Order: sequence, then C-alpha cells, then structure tokens
Amino acid sequence: MRQISYILFLCILIAVRGERLFAPDEVYGEEAPTINKDYQSPNTTEGVEEGTKEIRIRKDEFDEIVGQLQGMKALLENMKQDYDTRFKEMQTKITTLEKEKTELEKKQLEPVGAIHELPPPKTENEFPVAEAETEAEKVSVTKEEVPVPSQTDASTTSPLPLQTTAGSIAPPISTTPPDQPVSPGTGQWSPAQPLTVWSMGKNYMNISFDGLFSAAGSTAEDLETLETGGHDPIQRGFTVQNLETVFEGAIDPYFKGQSNIVFQIDKDGESFLEVEEAYLTSMSLPLNLQVKAGTFFTEFGRLNQFHPHAWDFADQPLVNGRFLGPDGMRNPGVRLSWLAPTDTYTELFFTIQDSQGETAYSFRNKAGLFGREAVETDVRNMEDLLYVPRITTSFDLTDEQTILLGASAAFGPNSTGTDENTLIYGLDMFWKWKSKYAAGGFPFVTWQAEVMGRRFDAGEDISADLPEEVLNNWGSYSQIAWGFKKRWVAALRGDYVDGEKYAMDASGLERWRLSPNLTFYPSEFSKIRLQYNYDDVLGNDSTEHSVFLQFEFLLGSHGAHKF
Amino acid sequence: MKIKYQIFLSLLFLLSWAAAAHAKLNIVASTPDMGAIAKEIGKDKVEVTNIAKPTEDPHFVDAKPSFIVKLNKADMLIEGGLQLEIGWLPNLVVGARNQKILAGEKGYLVASAGVPVIEVPTTADRAMGDVHPMGNPHFMLDPVNGKIVAMHICDQLCQIDASNGAYYKDNLKGFIKRLDQKLSEWQKMLEPFRGTKIVTYHKTFPYFANRFNLNVVGTLEPKPGIPPSPTHINSLIPMMKNEGVKLILIEPFRERKTPEFAASQTGAKIVVFPIMVGGQKEIEDYLSIFDYTINQVVSALKTKS
Repeated sequence: MRQISYILFLCILIAVRGERLFAPDEVYGEEAPTINKDYQSPNTTEGVEEGTKEIRIRKDEFDEIVGQLQGMKALLENMKQDYDTRFKEMQTKITTLEKEKTELEKKQLEPVGAIHELPPPKTENEFPVAEAETEAEKVSVTKEEVPVPSQTDASTTSPLPLQTTAGSIAPPISTTPPDQPVSPGTGQWSPAQPLTVWSMGKNYMNISFDGLFSAAGSTAEDLETLETGGHDPIQRGFTVQNLETVFEGAIDPYFKGQSNIVFQIDKDGESFLEVEEAYLTSMSLPLNLQVKAGTFFTEFGRLNQFHPHAWDFADQPLVNGRFLGPDGMRNPGVRLSWLAPTDTYTELFFTIQDSQGETAYSFRNKAGLFGREAVETDVRNMEDLLYVPRITTSFDLTDEQTILLGASAAFGPNSTGTDENTLIYGLDMFWKWKSKYAAGGFPFVTWQAEVMGRRFDAGEDISADLPEEVLNNWGSYSQIAWGFKKRWVAALRGDYVDGEKYAMDASGLERWRLSPNLTFYPSEFSKIRLQYNYDDVLGNDSTEHSVFLQFEFLLGSHGAHKF
Repeated sequence: MKIKYQIFLSLLFLLSWAAAAHAKLNIVASTPDMGAIAKEIGKDKVEVTNIAKPTEDPHFVDAKPSFIVKLNKADMLIEGGLQLEIGWLPNLVVGARNQKILAGEKGYLVASAGVPVIEVPTTADRAMGDVHPMGNPHFMLDPVNGKIVAMHICDQLCQIDASNGAYYKDNLKGFIKRLDQKLSEWQKMLEPFRGTKIVTYHKTFPYFANRFNLNVVGTLEPKPGIPPSPTHINSLIPMMKNEGVKLILIEPFRERKTPEFAASQTGAKIVVFPIMVGGQKEIEDYLSIFDYTINQVVSALKTKS
C-alpha cells in the first residue's frame, strides 16, 4: 500500500517537473512569455536607474516614472498570466484535436483519397497563415498535409482539421512581443484567435439587459388615464418603463429558446417582476410547420409582438391599450405556423392560449369591462381558450421597398357571463424603404398602420343594473418614421379610438392623439427620444399636452432584429 | 368533409414535392462576395441568392420576409460568421424552418472557419465601439481568404451533390488557377507602393492592406461604428500630414463629406472601394473586385507622386 502511494507521489512529481521542463523548450509558444520576462526585468531596472540619475532634477517626476513603470510591470504580468492560461488551454485543445484528427484520418482513409487529391497542392503556396513571418511559412510547409479540409462524412468534422492546423502552426508566430497581441493592420496573428472562436461557442445562451426610462411633463394631472400602456410613462417626473433581461439560445438541434423577464418599478416605488415571454420555437418540422410553445406575446397585429424598447414611440398606441390591454396580449399557450411553399412570403399562424388574466384583457379578465363584474374568470374547457388565427404576406415592391401585410382575429370568452364572447379583428401594414447605399441602416422611411375592431358580448349585471348587450368599438393608428441621417430618426403617429359605452374619462372616451418625436441613437445600443403628445379627448372636450424624454440602454448580446 | 381534407393534404404534399424537385441547387449567401464564389464553383448547377445588397452596409441588413422563403428552399447557406450577420440572419433562419441549413448540417457553411482571423480583441468592451468580439469579419477582402472559402464551398457542394463532384472540383481548380495568376499580377502592381500609409473610414480593409503591404495608420471613425467627430478628425489630419498618408479608402455607402474634407486638408486621394460583387457596374465576379480596386488605387497613388 505504502509503496503504491510512494510510486504515485513520484509519478506526480515527475509529471509536474516534466511539464515545466517540457514547456519552454519543446513547445514554441512558450518563447513569448520568456521574452516577456526578459523584457520586463531590464526595463524596470533600467528605468529605475535612469530615474535615480534624474532625481536631482525633479522628485515628483521620478515618482511619476516609477508609478508608470510599476503600472507597466503589472500590465505585463497580467498579460503574461493571460498568455499562460491561454497557452495551457491551447495545449489541451491541440492534444484533443490531434487525437480526433488521427481517429478521423483512420476512418477516412479511402474517401479522403477519392475526394481530396486536388486541393492540397494549391493550399500549399499561400495557406492562411502566410501572413507575415517567414518562420511561419517554413512551419506551414511541414504541416501541409493537414490544411486541406478533409471533411467527407460528418459535417461537424469540417472545422476540426482547419483548427488543428491553425493551432499547430500558430505557436511560432507568437514570437512577436506579447505587448501587441492584436495590433491592427500589422498582419501579426495571435495564436489565440481560432481558440477564441471556440470559447465563444462555449456559451450556451446569449444574455442581454435592456433599460428603458422616461421623464414626463404633462398638462394632465393624471397621466395614467391618458396613457393606455402598462409600460408607458404614467406619471409626471420619472418612470422606469422596462428593465428587461433576455436569455436566448439554441436548446438542442430541434428547438431555440427565449425568455424575457421584465422588472419594473411602479408608482409607489415598489419593484415587481413580470415574465413577459418564455418560449421555445421549433427549428425544422416537416411540411413547413413551426411550433412555438410557452408563454408569449400573441401573434395578433404587428405592434403586439414587439417589446417596448423596440417601439418607435415612447408609449403604445391607444387602440392597443384598449383592446389588447396595457401589457399587450400574451398568455401561456401554443402556436402553430405554416409557411406557404410559394415564391412570395405567406405565413399562416394559429395560436391557442389561455383566455384568463389581465394579459387577455378583453377576455376572461378579472377586472370586468364596461362596468360589469367579472363572473367567469377561468378556463373550464376547450371552448374557453383563446383562438387567434393570423395570415401575413410580404412583397418586395422594388429593390429598396418592402411591404408586409397581415390580418388577424382573436376569438375567446369574456368574463361578463357564462356564454359571453369577445372577437377582436384587425388589419396591419408595414412598409419600408431603405436606400441601396444605406450606412448603418440609414437612411430609411417606414410606415406602419393598424386598424382593429372589437365586438364584445356583455352579459347582464343585475347589481350594476346593466342589460345584456353587444358593444362594438374600433380604433386605429398610423405612424411614419424617417431615418433622415445616420443616427437620427424623426417620427409622427396619429391615433384614434371611438368612445366606449359607460366611459367616464379619457381611458374610455372617444379621442384622438398626435405624437411627433425625434430620436437620437448614439450607437445601436443606446437611444434618447423626445416626444410630444397632443391629446384631444372629444368625449369631454378637453385637450392635453405632454412631453416625454425617453432613454434606453442595452447591455450584452446583440439581438437580431425582426422585420 | 373527409374527402376535402384528403384533397387538401395531397395538395400540400404535391406542393412541397414540386418545391423539392427543383433542378438546380439553391444556395443562399449572406453577402454577395461569398455568393460570387459559390457561383464560380457551382456555375450553372447552382442558383445563388444574396441577402445583403452589394452597395449597403453589411452590418445592417433588413431581415426581409422574402428571404425566409429563399432560405426555406435553400440547399445551402453560406454565412460569413464572426458576428457580421448577428443582427439580421438568425431570425431568418428560424423563420425558414429548413433542416438542411441548420448548424452542423452539410448545407450550412461558416466561411470564416479556417480563415486566419485578425483583430480579435482580448476583451469584449463596447466602450471601444462596436468591436466584433470574434475578430474582424471583412476577411473576404484578402483574395487568399477567398481561395480558402472557395475550397470550403467546393467541399461542401461535393458532399451535398456528390454526383457533380468532379464538375465542382474542376471549377475550383480553374478558379484557383485564375486567382493565383491574378494575385501575382496584383502584387506586382502594388509592389512599388509597398508600405504606403493609408487611412480608411471603417476597419473594413485590414485584410486587404495586409495582403498587399499597405499600412493602415488610422480610421476616420474614432471607434468602430461611431461616426467621425470633429475632434477626432482634427487630430487625424495632422497625423495624416506627418505620416504622409496618400490614400483614403472608403466603402460606397459612406458619406463623402468627412473623407473629402480630410482629403482636401492633406492632399490624400479618396478611392471608393466597392467591397462586394455588384457594388460597381464593372464588378461582376469576385476577382474583378480586386481588378477594379487595385487599378483605382494604383492610379491614385501614381498621380500623387
């Protein structure tokens, strides 16, 4: 027993020493750190010596120099550490890759011969790494057999051989001083590069955080009745509109997942959390089908599917707030879509979601609408679910112009009685012109419009003395945004909603609104927006003026934009 | 009712079958430069669609629904990678619901894999501007990288369509031969100007500059993706004068005011570099990108001296 442990100990010792011995001599890459050391010591000592000569001139200057040198030393040490860790990573990767390569080569002997006779000689002359140093070229010649992408069977093998070469050729080039590992334009190529690609792939999800804030001033005392959205600026002074965390990535080869968790601070300063969306989407079902399941924004109309930070205005259109609800229409459910196998884009969507809660506002909402008390607030059977069909189609009118048209409907029960139903239907349109010579996506013009109608079967409420009746309402908005100059967008929106029966204030009366705004994007990841709202409440003959200053920032991964 | 349902189903199958029985291979390339190379390899056996327009900024492309249809029918998707397409391609691929072009499949190719990527930042920090955390994605402006990409495309085409393998390989051979010949020509043309200091608008040209031994000493943008500011230009102009910068390279979609101002102050020449095939009438294929541009660069540098 003891003997074994001695032997083990010895083995470990040898291994450790072996690694040390092995590293500097046998592997080229280690040269760099040693150079680094040499660099460091003379530099600092010399510096100090010089400093002592110059001390007679000025003391503070000397101190400054020493400080700078120490900073430099620390920096160099950091760099060295960084380099060392990378180097180790690389070594392990090289070994694993080489194992894989030999295995692959064994497997592929026959097919490789057949397919790959031709590329090898060509690659020789100028293979990738021929960038700078001649030593590199020498090495690359010796390693020549490898570069040829020898992927014959599994597609996953394709990047492997290349990275192996990159890895094995890399070290000699690293003889360039580590002080400038990625100096632009010099053609030096750091060995870490292909590996960075590797480690980037190690994150299984992309994370981002978006903060959306606004400051408001208004002639209206109660801004909350004027603004219909839950994420709108609803008070004079500052509002935290939306603090959104997004997790997104591939779940497995079959599904992609996304979740949007929203934090908000309400009027009383209380923080609360909202799960806005969390769903998976299938990547490739047969027959051009796609499934989305989880909890998500209903695919109804256009704006409802977009998160507040992606809107062109600081607040949401009136009609969206009234029909689809302050927080938009969203609920747990499933959506099936079918992409027509035609040459123009046409897609059919069919969504089934729960019909209860405040995010199914015109349906089984606990707050009864039209002055009625909510009597039915649960889903009891299939008929009580919310069914939302939608069709969209799109054409490229010219090389620079595209139009997207859609029609949707939402059927479901509402909470005012056992057999009372709601139907919302809508048409939407989005048109965009973008210059062929667009830089940073500018200049462009977009025009987006939606019109919606709602038929609400209201049940009888005896206690409130309200009869059974059918209530029809409609509303619409139309908005134009003009990206007239890189980073600058001017937009104008017109809103109209008709009056709801029994309405008391602006939240239900007939009204229209005009909102011009100007947005400045310092970069893709931030924006500042100034918006003015002219509200005319026809129902009670009042007009209000509001001004919003909105700002946004985005941290983390760059999400893809929807059209 | 039942009969109707059956008719509908069989119609569906017919439609999808008709779509599948398309004779040519459908290739979708995210940018026209890679599309052009795919065309060189596939010639009349392939149908190539490019998503980005040749003249627009490839960082900001609209994810137009018409491309969902193209991707849905694609046999192969060629993506540059290095996060150039991050803002527009992922949603299209999800919308396309096409098994063939998903990551890990034969029909999916990341062109930057196997290309020696430069300017990989050690830390990802957006305070430095919109830096691509995986390295500079404009690698196609080095013809040698174009050659690597061509080999990859050929390889994957051979896997998808093995019956035409010999044809693709022949085309690759021909393409590489022409490219090598041209490359030595170009290098000869630019040899007298070795080490010439140049300024570019965005960090689009380091691959080109490295290959042809030009020295990029600055950019008009203070940081990647950030438009030129007066303070930056004010410090750039004396630098350009000191360094003797003779050439400003810009892409076709850039505003001209700033480069023209810098040129007027320093006496440098502006050359508009159409970075994509189709970016200029004369540019019909990958090699003519360089034919055209190098001629422009040479004549600009000649008239100066």
